[in-house]
Amino acid sequence: MAKYGNNARAIEGLVREAEVHRDVYVDPEIFELEMEHLFPNSWIYVGHASQLAKPGDFVTANIGRQPVMASRHSDGSIHVFYNRCPHKGVKIASEPCGNTGKFFRCPYHAWSFKTDGSLLAIPLKKGYENTGFGDTQANEGLSKIKNVVIYRDFIFARLSDNGVSFEDYFGESLSTIDNMVDRSPEGKLAIEAAPIRYMHTCNWKMLVENQTDTCHPMVAHESSAGTAVKVWKREQGDSTETPMAVQLYGPFMSPYEFYEQSGIRIWPNGHGHTGVANSIHSNYSDIQGYLGQMVAAYGEKRAHEILGEVRHNTVYFPNIMVKGAVQILRNFIPIAVDKTLVESWVYRLVGAPDKLYERALMYNRFINAPTSIVGHDDLEMYERAQEGLKSNGNQWVNLRRLYESNEEQDVTAVINGTSERQMRNQFHAWAKFMTMDMDQHVEAAE
Amino acid sequence: MIDEKTIADFIYREAELLDTMQWQAWLDLFHQEGRYWMPLEWQQQDPVLQPSLMYEDLLLLKVRVERLAGERTFSQKPKSRCHHLLQAPRIVACDEAAGMFKTRTSYIYTETRGDMLERYSGWASHELVRSGDDLKIKLKRVDLVNFDAPFGNIQLFM
Repeated sequence: MAKYGNNARAIEGLVREAEVHRDVYVDPEIFELEMEHLFPNSWIYVGHASQLAKPGDFVTANIGRQPVMASRHSDGSIHVFYNRCPHKGVKIASEPCGNTGKFFRCPYHAWSFKTDGSLLAIPLKKGYENTGFGDTQANEGLSKIKNVVIYRDFIFARLSDNGVSFEDYFGESLSTIDNMVDRSPEGKLAIEAAPIRYMHTCNWKMLVENQTDTCHPMVAHESSAGTAVKVWKREQGDSTETPMAVQLYGPFMSPYEFYEQSGIRIWPNGHGHTGVANSIHSNYSDIQGYLGQMVAAYGEKRAHEILGEVRHNTVYFPNIMVKGAVQILRNFIPIAVDKTLVESWVYRLVGAPDKLYERALMYNRFINAPTSIVGHDDLEMYERAQEGLKSNGNQWVNLRRLYESNEEQDVTAVINGTSERQMRNQFHAWAKFMTMDMDQHVEAAE
Repeated sequence: MIDEKTIADFIYREAELLDTMQWQAWLDLFHQEGRYWMPLEWQQQDPVLQPSLMYEDLLLLKVRVERLAGERTFSQKPKSRCHHLLQAPRIVACDEAAGMFKTRTSYIYTETRGDMLERYSGWASHELVRSGDDLKIKLKRVDLVNFDAPFGNIQLFM
């Protein structure tokens, strides 16, 4: 029974000041509308320019349900287009990444395309003479996505022709990507390997919310982080140096007070981050030689500024999280209303010691892998929520922690680190980008 | 004397300990410097500077085993169980003089929890060393045939 399609009023009604209706997580129609409206209206991460080092390199991705690809053209420029042949709709590239050589060639009827997407050749071309083919969209080649921005090598695309500009959409939130890139002495990141992939049987937004949920680690992760700390205390003997592994697990057991003072910063359009004053990543051991490289590259003052900014999780609405201090990006890819593929990427800081890359890879497999003892309990919570929300006893999810009446929307603010305001911020953005291309809105309140 | 039968029996015994959830006895099979490795790439060479699903020393394996029994280990309510179906191990190296032995064993692994059942296929490669009259695991490497696919929770040991 369709009740939300092109009904902005009904969709906006799902998001109250400090509560959201369970339909945002469990209703298949809402999921379809997210694919049709929310994802095309938002700026979505497609890939990283380091994956497109040489002409002919390509990566594939989905924006919502729609398959897209990015390629490096012979002139060095990067193009993003829909991954479907203009002839019969066959996907041109089926692999996550690769090099196509000088042109793409559809495997079905051998239509070929330059690496900027334009049509190169069709076999038996004369069969199209005097057919009006020149006036069709197919003659233009692979349909191009017009709104593409490459920000410090991060490739973002917005499918809708109309909408919020990249600069207005992300605003100051780009400072987390800046910090991650600046942590390379050469100001450069590189993807060197495939991501860790982890399938979640839950709605994608549960994962996004969890990124700034600071009241769960000491509860849900007591079994993993707490046990790691306990076992290390028992086994450490005379060791004075805490192993890297224990340094990564330990801070998950930080008390509420730690998270309260570390703070959350929110930005307009649903972006925000935990770990303003400091974070669970603040007390890792120094890595030999790294500070020297940074000082040589940036000078004493700037190097300390960069390394002193140790943010925890930055949510880029709608569906990625960036961890600048550990060089990880998690992509929460919606598959179905109750199915989400999580791909967690690690970036190497070009020019920095190997040890930093080793640490980021270790963090990624400790926290973000299907074999992760931290991830196991997170997924367990999401799955239980996906089931529990089917209950009719209460149809609302409560996001009222540290809510103040008349909370301002679409502002920048730093608040108590255990607030659920970033989740409220996300849902405000959710309603906005879901409905911005629909007709009937709720009248603005006085 | 350690012969090929001794080595094969060791591999079967290891799987049996996992299937019967005798975690401590399983940990006791590891050498002090032993490692459990699940690569994330085809014929991966480097466990540290290439991504892996797991690369754990004895300390981290102890954390896992202890966690499984924890009162607040929510993802183990209900508990998982597992089943190993092994092909006869192939002895890759048997150097009695050096006390170094290597095997490769094709397997089908099943992990179940509640109403869920997941099945995985791959190869386990063991590097064993002599320790007194016994063998110990220096490295257990688990290569899944579909290492690049997205999985749900894998909570026990292949």
